Amino acid sequence: MTVQPDAFVYDAVRTPRGRGKSSGALHEIKPIDLVTGLIHSLRERNPDLDPARIDDVVLGVVTPVGDQGMDIAKTAAIAAGLPDTVAGVQLNRFCASGLEAVNQAAARVRSGFEHLILAGGVESMSRVPMGQDGGAWAMDPATAIDTNFVPQGIGADLIATRRGWSREDVDTYAVESQRRAAAARDEGRFDGSIVPVRDANGLLVLDHDETIREDASTETLGKLKASFAMIGDMGGFDAVALEKYHEVEAIDHVHHAGNSSGIVDGAALVLIGDEATGAELGLKPRARIVATAVSGADPTIMLTGPTPAVRKALAIAGLEASDIDLWEVNEAFAAVPMNVMAELDIPHERVNVNGGAIAMGHPLGATGAMLVATLVDELERQDKRYGVVTLCVGGGMGIATVIEKI
Amino acid sequence: MNAQNETGVNGDLDGAAVQYEKDAEGVATIWLDDPQASANTMNERYLAAMGDVVDALEKDIADGSVKGVVVASRKKTFFAGGDLVALQSIQADQGAEAFEMVEKVKAQLRRLETCGVPVAAAINGAALGGGLEIALATHHRVAVDERSVKLGLPEVSLGLLPGGGGVTRTVRMFGVQSALMDWLLQGQQRDPKRAIDKGLVDELVATADEVVPAARAWVLAHGDDADAAKQPWDRDGYRLPGGTPTTPKLASILPSFPANLRKQLKGADYPAARAIMETAIEGAGVDFDTASRIESRHFATLATGENAKDMIQAFFFDMQAVSSGALRPKGPQKSKAERVGVLGAGMMGAGIAYACASRGIDVVLKDVSVENAERGKAYSTKILDKKVSRSQMTQEVADEMLARITPTADAADLAGCDVIIEAVFENSELKAKVFAEAEQHVGGDTLLCSNTSTLPITGLAKGVTRPRDFIGLHFFSPVDKMKLVEIIVGEETSDEALARAIDLVQQIGKLPIVVNDSRGFYTSRVFGTYVLEGAAMVEEGIEPMSVERAGTSAGFPSGPLTLLDEVTLSLPRHVADEARKAAEAEGVTLPETAGLALLERMVDEFDRPGRSSGRGFYDYADGARGRLWPALRETFTRDDASVPFADLQDRFRFAMALETAKCFEEGVITSTAAANIGSIFGIGFPPNRGGAARFIENYPGGMSAFVARADELAASYGERFTPSEWLRERAAAEKGLVE
Repeated sequence: MTVQPDAFVYDAVRTPRGRGKSSGALHEIKPIDLVTGLIHSLRERNPDLDPARIDDVVLGVVTPVGDQGMDIAKTAAIAAGLPDTVAGVQLNRFCASGLEAVNQAAARVRSGFEHLILAGGVESMSRVPMGQDGGAWAMDPATAIDTNFVPQGIGADLIATRRGWSREDVDTYAVESQRRAAAARDEGRFDGSIVPVRDANGLLVLDHDETIREDASTETLGKLKASFAMIGDMGGFDAVALEKYHEVEAIDHVHHAGNSSGIVDGAALVLIGDEATGAELGLKPRARIVATAVSGADPTIMLTGPTPAVRKALAIAGLEASDIDLWEVNEAFAAVPMNVMAELDIPHERVNVNGGAIAMGHPLGATGAMLVATLVDELERQDKRYGVVTLCVGGGMGIATVIEKI
Repeated sequence: MNAQNETGVNGDLDGAAVQYEKDAEGVATIWLDDPQASANTMNERYLAAMGDVVDALEKDIADGSVKGVVVASRKKTFFAGGDLVALQSIQADQGAEAFEMVEKVKAQLRRLETCGVPVAAAINGAALGGGLEIALATHHRVAVDERSVKLGLPEVSLGLLPGGGGVTRTVRMFGVQSALMDWLLQGQQRDPKRAIDKGLVDELVATADEVVPAARAWVLAHGDDADAAKQPWDRDGYRLPGGTPTTPKLASILPSFPANLRKQLKGADYPAARAIMETAIEGAGVDFDTASRIESRHFATLATGENAKDMIQAFFFDMQAVSSGALRPKGPQKSKAERVGVLGAGMMGAGIAYACASRGIDVVLKDVSVENAERGKAYSTKILDKKVSRSQMTQEVADEMLARITPTADAADLAGCDVIIEAVFENSELKAKVFAEAEQHVGGDTLLCSNTSTLPITGLAKGVTRPRDFIGLHFFSPVDKMKLVEIIVGEETSDEALARAIDLVQQIGKLPIVVNDSRGFYTSRVFGTYVLEGAAMVEEGIEPMSVERAGTSAGFPSGPLTLLDEVTLSLPRHVADEARKAAEAEGVTLPETAGLALLERMVDEFDRPGRSSGRGFYDYADGARGRLWPALRETFTRDDASVPFADLQDRFRFAMALETAKCFEEGVITSTAAANIGSIFGIGFPPNRGGAARFIENYPGGMSAFVARADELAASYGERFTPSEWLRERAAAEKGLVE
């Protein structure tokens, strides 16, 4: 019997996250350049890395059209000057795409077929807005009706309504996310993996996450208008959700721009390989990918998928939730990590200790890989053993990855 | 049949449903004129003749002898639409036939609109459904400017979609959103003036005689205009108004279309509305011919389904039976009321007065004081003012209607009335008193009607001197909106009185159903089962909102708790008490009614009597319904009381249907058409199932499957769902509800 190779994380880098608007620092940077910048950086950080040993570049992109179209992964491999033998593939598992790239890379390395893969994702939401790619789920009435499609913000508000979480409850969570992110930034906890974005002249464009609001308070957030009340009512989506959740009288719309993930631009890459290849190239493994899983829950409420995915991944790893030292639960909306904590009975002290997407933003295709970088850094900093990354995903899916620090 | 037409005029197509002639100036006229019917429909005769006509037309255009075409009708209406008898007979496995049939219709119309010369429609009368679809396949529509002429695509109300190109062409004329909202999803019908405002019609003429000449003139004037012979969508550079589904402007709002449709339908299953939306949007992204084919496929799906058959039955055949007087005794001569006396100017009396006055009948509105009577008349003023302010009526017409209502406190003013309609409180003695007073002043042949909703007519008849002329006329509130009138025949009511009552109801434009005397008659009795079932569910500990949504998603217009708040929570108890007393008088003990105990607690223990006091199942503020009373869930809802949602929905449908079956068994109601129309228009039985009798008779799997499902519900939820022996026998014998 052959022994399955381990999938190791040898390095993980990310761009800072720029505000996803024309006023954002990264709006002028093409998504291809965000990726090639990270490829160059990985080669600089790992000078012995022989690029000819890289099998593939796997990139998550949620809106793969325009600047992000035409298989941006292979385009980036060529543009970054990687050898012709390095392939590239773009994938889309909605908000999980970045982690999906990592998980697929890990699985392929564990299979023994491949040995070294660059996995990550990119999303320039200021240049390629969400929803540009159409899709039957939302755009085809027959499909939308059969699948009870509603925009995910409605689902987030429905989770809060069913849990009885008030506007103040979710705002309190959001304020804490901002506080943690600001503290982490100030302590330099992100410095290990952030690669500043520079122009062709080497001039700095952005070297820090642009959207952290350390001054956020429940008072300031309390002034923001609920984001989904209007489409819930005028768009008819509340009625659709409540056909299914018929016992709920009305959806309490508590989410808004200040307690939901920010729209940002950014990219991330994780270098994943087996032990032998790493040893040959003189790379030092930082973490092991212990288990990965995807699962799903009701597509209408849409955002409760992390729990079944985490349970599945933990079962594969032979671990309990209580064994996990640190969690990265993507803050798509405040109610999502709050719900994961409630369902899995995890203390907030272990979850998103350096803040999350509410403070720093959620560059859709890249976020999962960014969270891997953040988690590996933090496991090393705290010298802890196990961590889990999980994200809620469109269509009710959930994704989870169990990581062990080496 | 020979489609050749060498003579030019009155060729040898006479006798065909579509005829073809051409004149010396090269204008061909396509005459719609079904020889075997008073109105044109899209039947086999049309299909065959239209094919021949288009063949002939193409030949004449090819040889240059025809330079323009007018499509016109020799009937009073332009064209009535689909052949509903044929459509209702399409079986579940005949999808191919249905598809081919509409493909044939639209292939002919497509050939007409692309024949190469200008084609104009001369719309002399109503053009609905298929009739309008023919007109839409022409390049110019001329209509006579008469209010009575209706244009529209009402297919959705029959569970169908406009499969003759109606969806595809309106989408291309108006854009996806306008086509859906203005024409397709609600099947709006508009008179020519409003149709020209919407861009459906191009030209109006004052009289029917001018329609064909005007159409002909347009055709002649545009003989050399290449664009005039082409639909906009066949011209170069055409763009769909409002964009296609991939245009950002439309794409950004598109996801809300199906969601809002579901919101409007309150979750109830209306396959036609859904299919129309799918057809419009799927078709908007492709070329005309592909869109047409998509339309045909969706049409075939609807035509082979049960919903269309149920809705055609209720909204065409049953409606026709009720409004044509099928329930009227044949003997008595048709009567016409000139002057009606309404006793009691409360909400019902005021509404009845309006209903009569708006149809040209003089009304004497009598109450105990002139002030009360004036207040009753003010109700009409309010409605009419609104109509005038919305330009639905001129001030002159409104004034004329108002002038017909004479408010009075003097019974002597009732002299000369052909009909008396009593609308005072539900109290036998009071009713007897006002009739006695009225009878002193009216003639010996005046029809005496009581607008009671529950009191047995035979008993009330004891309060008048002429029980043969006495009849129940149960109007629904609000009278100006509710079309149904339940006519109750007492033991002594004569055929003559019944005939006159039906004539009156039709005269004021309402739908009469005839029932026999019994406590609660048909509608009130059956209505009670729905709301009490809702109360029973809350009593069982089921989530109140689930109860409400089970009702609306099953197709009832309002949830049972909402309705209970409207009618007051004490009403069912009052009705039950009366029934119990009557039963006890006959030595019978009635079983406990599920749900009543809850209503008693709500009223007696929690002081939640209903909307009028601002406190019922819901809280009310400033007359508007707010949220559910918060203590309702705390008091009654239990986590372990989970019931399948589909069972909740069926409990509502079956509660009403089983009570309807009992009404047939007891002879309270004898016509399935009356039961269907009465249950839909009076008490909100789901229209998508075609009414309460249709629900039983056309239950999936047949009436025996209905009985089996009722037994299941009885086993789980109570004896009240157990079908009677009579119903079992009829189901077993496959006999339906009536002989």
